[in-house]
Amino acid sequence: MSAPTAEAAHTLRIEGLHASAGDTEILQGVDLEVSSGRVHAVMGPNGSGKSTLAHVVMGRPGYEVTAGSVTLDGVDVLSLAPWERAQAGLFLAMQHPTEVPGVSAAQALAEALALRAGDDGPSDDQLERTRSLLEAEAAAVGLKAELVARPLNVDMSGGEKKRNETVQLAVLQPRIAILDEIDSGLDIDALRACANRIEALTEAGLGVLAITHFTRVLEYLRPDEVHVIVDGRIVDSGGPELAEALEADGYTPYLPEEPDAGVAVSIGGLGSTPAAATGASAPDDPFADPWADPLDELG
Amino acid sequence: MFSPDLVDALDGSDALAKRRRAAADRAVAAGQPSFTEEVWRYTPIDDLDPARYAFAAPGGTAGPVGLMSGVDDGAAAVVHIANGAVLDVSVRADGVRVDTLGSGADDLIGTVTPEGPDVFGDWNLALASAPVVVSIDPKAVLTDPIVVHVHTDVEGLAWFPRLVVMAGRTSQATVIEHHTGGNTPALICPLTELSVGDGAHLGHVTVQELGDAAWQIANLSADAGRDANLRIGHVAMGGDYARARIGIDMTGRGGHSEIDAVYFGRGTSTLDFRTFQTHVAPHTTSDLLFKGAVDDYARAVYTGLIRIEADASNVQADQTNRNLKLSPNAWAESVPNLEIENSDVQCSHASSIGPVDADQRFYLESRGVPTDVAEALVVRGFFDEVLDALPSEQISASVRQRIDELVSDADFTAAL
Repeated sequence: MSAPTAEAAHTLRIEGLHASAGDTEILQGVDLEVSSGRVHAVMGPNGSGKSTLAHVVMGRPGYEVTAGSVTLDGVDVLSLAPWERAQAGLFLAMQHPTEVPGVSAAQALAEALALRAGDDGPSDDQLERTRSLLEAEAAAVGLKAELVARPLNVDMSGGEKKRNETVQLAVLQPRIAILDEIDSGLDIDALRACANRIEALTEAGLGVLAITHFTRVLEYLRPDEVHVIVDGRIVDSGGPELAEALEADGYTPYLPEEPDAGVAVSIGGLGSTPAAATGASAPDDPFADPWADPLDELG
Repeated sequence: MFSPDLVDALDGSDALAKRRRAAADRAVAAGQPSFTEEVWRYTPIDDLDPARYAFAAPGGTAGPVGLMSGVDDGAAAVVHIANGAVLDVSVRADGVRVDTLGSGADDLIGTVTPEGPDVFGDWNLALASAPVVVSIDPKAVLTDPIVVHVHTDVEGLAWFPRLVVMAGRTSQATVIEHHTGGNTPALICPLTELSVGDGAHLGHVTVQELGDAAWQIANLSADAGRDANLRIGHVAMGGDYARARIGIDMTGRGGHSEIDAVYFGRGTSTLDFRTFQTHVAPHTTSDLLFKGAVDDYARAVYTGLIRIEADASNVQADQTNRNLKLSPNAWAESVPNLEIENSDVQCSHASSIGPVDADQRFYLESRGVPTDVAEALVVRGFFDEVLDALPSEQISASVRQRIDELVSDADFTAAL
């Protein structure tokens, strides 16, 4: 992966994050840093807290942050409402995308993009452009155009929902995207299509935090760094070779009886890679022109 | 509640006068209803003080256009009734006839509802001062709606609008009933009868946008013949207490019916719905979807019964009621019931009452949609399927727009 120019770089920084659901502390001190153009994979067994991490960063109701901080370019994310986090440049591709009867992706995304453009609400023209963008992005991941015109996630298969998440990610062009098990429910062709689209976006500057149980998706997403989460803590970090080790040995070496478990490791992403030009077709700041020509965006 | 002697002052055939007398006697014998009766459970019926209302038929002028903007322009027929009197009747298409009292169709009053179905229905037969009978010729296909406007703006008036629709064999038509009112107290007890001939396709929509001091106790009864297709829509937006009892009898083999209702309660309004899907004939279907929201201090009650009689095999009947509670002080109750005397049937019922779905709101917020906009989208989306199902696209569009207006400046967060 290449990082974009320095002035376009954005950083999501998670430090010492503790979070509970009810009386159960699920995150017990997570440290992570994701910057523009970088792909981080967070892998862990069931119940390790990896989905909770995604939800807490996006602000899903039902979790309480008890310690630590999350910032995007220095701005305190935890004090923002979920929609403000999204407007600041975060995106969560959900593991189980919610069905929203009667509300199309175009309606929802046009509202979000209008707000980002400083407008009160979307004009008919903006709604139409959002619809065109969605259709173009749907084609890029092999999702039928009529599916993105439907009420969000209603009567869609698991795989279609996941592709629909990728489509919305590509239209919204966030700064940092959290992918919560984007691979579950996807067949190999769909997985490849979604991963290719996301990889193209990372080349244009998107930072990715990909949460996954399996290594399969990483063959396509090609992470710069891999982190292992166990019992709500990052217990190991490394390069892509770490995923290969996990493929061979599973999570057993990290389970609680292991002497080295429970050590939090902080990973720095920003500044560790050289800056690179992102090309004319990719805007320095994807937020600057949310309704850019979809054909350019598809590059 | 009213004097049976009031009957003597009304026009109509001698036969009708006799039936009016009998209906008044039944109503007097029944007395005033009480909420201790199952059919009035959850209602404020004990607050009804008949002494506050006087029966009369002063007439007046037509009401506001409201949700009916543009509908009259292309209508097959337009009727205006106000404060107990017919103002005007305009028939613009072939294949439809509109009769008022004494014009030869008096015998058709009571075709579907010869008595009852409750004490207000009997009072309606006794005291209907401006009944309208719409007859659609057999085989006639009316592409444009027949519109009946019913307006009430005389303070303290009690009156009994009555509409009879006779849809001839294999005819096709849509009738829209529009109820409007001023902001003064009044008691309006409409009764609608829909007789759907064999093979006929009839749509009927009630659009209720009464003032917030009005009491409405409405009855609608329909009888669907062999292979008939009946689509009933009901839109309830106003009234202090607005009740609609809707009963359909599937009496002809192969008949299909749908009842779709949209309601939005605000202020201190109580909206009360009682539905009866009665399957008498085999191979009949009925599908019911009631979706509503209650905001402020509003209340909504839905009670529905699917009844399958012993001879009605191969029946499919469904019933769904969903309520959105948009304020902590709003209240809704939903009571679905099944009564099945034939085992060869497929029936379902479902109901729900709850605030704006938190997961749906979070999903939209996670895309960058502000909380209030996300909630407005979810509420609008909630109504989408039932609006699509109403048997008039014009009404669907105007109600959709009204709901947009209602939700765009509301704040529902307090309900959560």
